[in-house]
Amino acid sequence: MVHPTLFELSKPGCRAVRWPACDVPQQAVEQLLPENLRAEAPPPLPELAEPDIVRHYVNLSAANMCVDSHFYPLGSCTMKYSPKRNDRLAQWPEFATAHPYQSEESVQGILAILYSLQKMLAEIAGLEAVSLQPAAGAQGELTALLMASAYFRSRGEKRRLVLVPDVAHGTNPASAKMAGFEIVQIASSPEGLIDLTALSQRLDSAVAVFMVTNPNTLGLFEKEIGKACEMVHGVGGLVYLDGANMNAICGIAQPGRFGVDMMHFNVHKTFSTPHGSGGPGAGPVAVTAALEPFLPVPVVRETDGRYWLDYDRPQSIGKIRSFFGNVGVLVRTYCYLRTLGSEGLRQVAERAVLNANYLMARIRHILPVPYNRRCMHEFVATAAKLKAERNIAAMDIAKRLLDYGFHAPTVYFPLVVREALMIEPTETESKETLDRFAEALEKILQEPPELLHQSPQSRPITRPDEVRANREPVVVWKGE
Amino acid sequence: MQFEYHLHNDADIQAMLASIGIASLKELFEAIDPGLRVQGSLNLPPALGELELEEHLRELAEQNRAAGTGLCFLGGGAYDHFIPAVVDAIASRSEFVTAYTPYQPEASQGTLEAMFEYQTLIARLTGMDLANASLYDGASAAAEAVLMALGATGRKRVLVAGTLHPEYRRVIETYLQNLEVSLEVLPWAQGALDPADVLTRLDSHVACLVVQCPNFFGSLEPVDQLAKHLHEVGGLFIVVFYPISLGLLKRPGDYGADIAVAEGQSLGIPMGFGGPYLGILACREALIRRLPGRLVGQTVDRLGRRCWVLTLQTREQHIRREKATSNICTNQGLMALRAAVYLAVVGPWGLRQLAELCLQKAHYACDQLASIAGLTRAFEAPFFNEFVLRDRRGNLRQELAQLEKEGFFVGPSLGRWYPELEDCFLVAVTEKRSRGQIDRLVERLAHR
Repeated sequence: MVHPTLFELSKPGCRAVRWPACDVPQQAVEQLLPENLRAEAPPPLPELAEPDIVRHYVNLSAANMCVDSHFYPLGSCTMKYSPKRNDRLAQWPEFATAHPYQSEESVQGILAILYSLQKMLAEIAGLEAVSLQPAAGAQGELTALLMASAYFRSRGEKRRLVLVPDVAHGTNPASAKMAGFEIVQIASSPEGLIDLTALSQRLDSAVAVFMVTNPNTLGLFEKEIGKACEMVHGVGGLVYLDGANMNAICGIAQPGRFGVDMMHFNVHKTFSTPHGSGGPGAGPVAVTAALEPFLPVPVVRETDGRYWLDYDRPQSIGKIRSFFGNVGVLVRTYCYLRTLGSEGLRQVAERAVLNANYLMARIRHILPVPYNRRCMHEFVATAAKLKAERNIAAMDIAKRLLDYGFHAPTVYFPLVVREALMIEPTETESKETLDRFAEALEKILQEPPELLHQSPQSRPITRPDEVRANREPVVVWKGE
Repeated sequence: MQFEYHLHNDADIQAMLASIGIASLKELFEAIDPGLRVQGSLNLPPALGELELEEHLRELAEQNRAAGTGLCFLGGGAYDHFIPAVVDAIASRSEFVTAYTPYQPEASQGTLEAMFEYQTLIARLTGMDLANASLYDGASAAAEAVLMALGATGRKRVLVAGTLHPEYRRVIETYLQNLEVSLEVLPWAQGALDPADVLTRLDSHVACLVVQCPNFFGSLEPVDQLAKHLHEVGGLFIVVFYPISLGLLKRPGDYGADIAVAEGQSLGIPMGFGGPYLGILACREALIRRLPGRLVGQTVDRLGRRCWVLTLQTREQHIRREKATSNICTNQGLMALRAAVYLAVVGPWGLRQLAELCLQKAHYACDQLASIAGLTRAFEAPFFNEFVLRDRRGNLRQELAQLEKEGFFVGPSLGRWYPELEDCFLVAVTEKRSRGQIDRLVERLAHR
């Protein structure tokens, strides 16, 4: 079914707001605003009545799959349940209607939350200091890389290289480029892990940072992480941990113990804040004591039970975002960590890894897993053989799963696996759901390939023509 | 302990371990060297059930006096605008809140159509050709716009107005700190830029000029003249706008902006102590392949039905890695949805009336306040709903702190960013402030 857009629903004269009459003495607008800046007419927005708007958006919402309604094993995205209590608490007016330029005295409750969150995240990371300012994981990466650069500058060192494994998220090299570094890609070992020999060949005094995701994007724990950190430190470099996959190890292992110098958290992944159709997230950064002076301003501090914002940090990289970051998201993070505590976090990791290994054990006989050893919170299967033998691509399986009432896994990532299906069940799914998913996959792979090519058939649309969308981009409504 | 979000009982766990072929949960983590593991338990505060958590948060909430619960005249980039109930109702639906980036278009047409409409609404609001599906906030959107301009022109000089929000300037500075470009802050006089002075600083090395209008002081800038001067040397004009003001003011696209960016908080997003907010970025068609972030495009499905997909993804980090236009991955989807619903609710005439209310109330407040002995307007430039007052009576910061205790949230004071404005502060007035409330503030400030 095709939904009309807001612009097609527009009817001149309709409105969904009535403002109060102006209660102050009015002056002629012409007297207040200069002619060269005054608009004749307001912008051409659609005109709609309230019931039309609500029906429109409720109908749109029905065209989405979401965690609350469907199993959503989108690898690398940790689509876990987002607790309702956290949303409710973060929306209390005492938090949600505070202005960023209120005095510190008037927001002691919020500052207490932020301070406590800094400490909890530092503990989970096994590192010394935290900035809550980055608005997302990618901004956390940029923040940390700028800090690394400032750190080397303060030591009179010029280092221009950032080493990135071939299985890294695309944000890693993109962030390194924005921070002014050159990127060197390191090939993984045949086991899908850091290749220490390949790493050592690229290590010299030009290396600023080695970026590593652990568990990596193949869902494997980098068992040589300690050794790799030692080697990088041996040439004076720093190690950055992309914390996208922390759901597997929170409460089990602390990156600081690996030898990691800095890392980010994706709170919408690991700590359950809602994914929101693509944000807002938050990407707090944790670092060692040596890097602490370079954190963005301000840092929340406490003196004699009073919380305050420390802007007096001469070595700081500055600000990466306005104000203090995505505070509403951080309040939810705080609620989540206070709900679970240390034992709860450990259980999260255990159940996430249990679910992934169980599901892997259930399906690898029909969908091979090339890096076939104990996985962490996710695993990467391949449809390469199916593609060659029966012309069934990873995408065909993904699309057919939608018909069975499951969101698709991440497909075609990481790039080192052909026809990749990256499956992350998360801890907030039951054994029964995983069993149903495995059974659906078994059925799908017995269906005729032609049927898969025609899938999905139960969704509001069939497969879209993406080539056309790219070739003739239509990115604003212009009428039919 | 059995936690509320976990669905396994002991029998499940045992059955699953048996399927995997191991005996205990510990064995799942064998790949992790014991030396790297947490020793004992993490040092975190004790776990709380829902009722205890709510009681704990209640105690913390009571230590806040949020501006939105008092009389808020605070400005400087976040504003106390009214949020219609429809915005909250739509933006709290599970189908939007707990979905993610629409990688699978067949499972995400709701999000995709809503984002396509957001892009269109922003294009219409700004008079620009197109907009992306959102960035983090106004400040990082301004920084991304500068990166676009550097890439598009291949030039190395970046000019920013001294009247641009100081935090935006600081964020731009942070984003550019390792790139080989020069960042120059333009002086201002009487609360706004002087086009003749700006003209003397322009040459063919200028990649872009970033100007906020209304600017950080609330003053309107001579944007039309600046655009003309800048275009004569081939630089790109980046305008930071205030969405609500466009109910009355010309749109950036109408006076020659090449990239228009904004903080979208005023469009139905709570002040929230600074976030989450919404980075708006719109631009001219020619810059489409330099856009950072997600972009939704229209296409058809196999049955020829209109539908929407993420498009031009070869700009993005997950495809292009270090050659991407930006590192941004996640955007601010739910905040963009709020802004779209808000714009649908207010519509063109609601936006105009809203802008008129802000304009009239702010000018009434300004006239009344500036008539108090010892208080004067710092600048004479025309303004929309925010202005700078100078208080010659001394001890400004203590006075604003005292006002806050009495429930009047006013400011911020400007000395922390502009030493020469140590005795000056901002006042912003939105549609939510009644004449009675404004009069109370005037009365209070008259008797300090």
